[in-house]
Amino acid sequence: MKKKNRVAAATNWPLTILLILGCITVIFPLYMAIVIAFKKPSEMTNDISGALGLPKSWSLENFAEAMRVTDFWHSLGYSLLITVVTVVLAILIHSLAGYAIGRSKTGSKFYNFSYLYIVSGMFVPFAILMMPLVKQTAQLHIDNWVGVILCYLVFYMPMNIMLYTGYLKNIPIALEEAATVDGATTWTTYWKVIFPIMKPMHATVAVLTALGTWNDVMTPLVIMSGTGANTLPLAQLTFQTQFGTNYNLAFASYLLALIPILIFYLVCQKQVINGVVNGAVK
Amino acid sequence: MKSLNKNQTFMLITIPILALFFCFNTLPLIKGLIYSFTNFRGFGNYEWVGLRNYADLFTDSRVGKSYLFTFKFAILATIVTNVISLLLALGLNARIRAKSALRGIYFVPRILGGLVVGYIFGYFFTYILPALGQAIGSESLGSSMLSNTKTAWIAIVIVAAWQSIAQTTLIYISGLQTVPEDVYEAGAIDGATGWKRFKELTFPMIIPFFSINMVLSTKDFLMVFDQIMALTKGGPAQSTESISYLIYNNGMGGGQFGFQSANAVLFFIVIVAISVFQLNFTGKKEEQL
Repeated sequence: MKKKNRVAAATNWPLTILLILGCITVIFPLYMAIVIAFKKPSEMTNDISGALGLPKSWSLENFAEAMRVTDFWHSLGYSLLITVVTVVLAILIHSLAGYAIGRSKTGSKFYNFSYLYIVSGMFVPFAILMMPLVKQTAQLHIDNWVGVILCYLVFYMPMNIMLYTGYLKNIPIALEEAATVDGATTWTTYWKVIFPIMKPMHATVAVLTALGTWNDVMTPLVIMSGTGANTLPLAQLTFQTQFGTNYNLAFASYLLALIPILIFYLVCQKQVINGVVNGAVK
Repeated sequence: MKSLNKNQTFMLITIPILALFFCFNTLPLIKGLIYSFTNFRGFGNYEWVGLRNYADLFTDSRVGKSYLFTFKFAILATIVTNVISLLLALGLNARIRAKSALRGIYFVPRILGGLVVGYIFGYFFTYILPALGQAIGSESLGSSMLSNTKTAWIAIVIVAAWQSIAQTTLIYISGLQTVPEDVYEAGAIDGATGWKRFKELTFPMIIPFFSINMVLSTKDFLMVFDQIMALTKGGPAQSTESISYLIYNNGMGGGQFGFQSANAVLFFIVIVAISVFQLNFTGKKEEQL
């Protein structure tokens, strides 16, 4: 950092301007979605200005209609239910498993095997599990949100256990031994000492698991289809035919599906970015 | 109650976890393998057909086409994503204003769902781009990219790259931040600037991050599904049918449960082979440096 002063922070203005202009590639699709979502079908003429110009009035009519057509609140409810339960269980279960396996991995064939066994699950594409899982969840009568959550807990287990065991390497074992000497059981030591220390990793796991489950289409598509329940992305697919050529309605619905995650990002931008980077780099 | 010792506690935690993982990962994997030797249509009775499904995979033109498309797509998308991301990362790591705001904006595509993004771009390719093309009198842009078998896959590359550039860039930026300033200062004395500086100083230092990005993006692109579902549903003329989409479409609804299980097993082997190859390859590269 100190060297920055020496080279005197001369701002590279051309580059700054170029990068600001580049933001258009990110913002344009969202701008297009917003203006179309607010328009009436009659405002959509065939030329570009008809589609991309600002709407005559900022009426929320399309949004109200989209909410009715796609059963928005129910879909939002299912998305929230599945994501929140998955994230909470992932943090509790995967961290515990990461602890048990990570702490015993060296010197124990059984735990070392368990670790490699679970982590190698990362290479199994969903496509091969998909069809048997559909049968299996139907047989167990969990071809609904419960089955979806169980699947997610298993799909994210390899990555999360790898992240937790990696993080645990940096936590000195003396810490737990001190607690054990004081007479605490392994179980209480974990929840009182280790679990709180792993907080940064909980954030990473929460962000990665939440983004993955919230945006996933394939798992609920194959497991929940036929129950009449939708997650937010699944509802866009299910009601695609009902939008027909009413793109204004469709775009209002798409925006409604994007707004929750955009709000989440605005509120915890730093955690989200750090989470994604840590998850990949670790 | 006699309290459990450390090993007993760990065992009590690990066994149920392994059981859960077995039931929802290994068991379906084994079942998929078993189905791949049958002519199961997804319902009704089925017979054991030995290796016939596997033999058929190599002669089925639709399967062949889907592998060709998926690889073509994954290779181009990986290259496009990594080149743009690297340039963007260099820009975002330079002496610019509003650094964190710009990084925040460029990251937005990562958090959005692939399906909805696909629908939004679908409209853009179907109506906006052709209208733009007609306005400037370009014939090739005048019709929808998505309805042409030659260009539809390019449109999917654009959408997939648009989304994955966000994360790839961020990983490159964190790589660039690990390069200490002294390296550049020492390089400047030797007259290393511009391209030479990048090739000889910067890039070798961020090779681990390059490896991560290559592995992650190749794997993600090979499994492409949402974008296909939203943009083309495999069309026109099955020219954009990815392996995942074909397995889903024909396996779940097309009465080819057994046959597509064999396809999924093959796909699994291909993914593992590519990942092992990439990890070995990049591992060796890192050792050389």
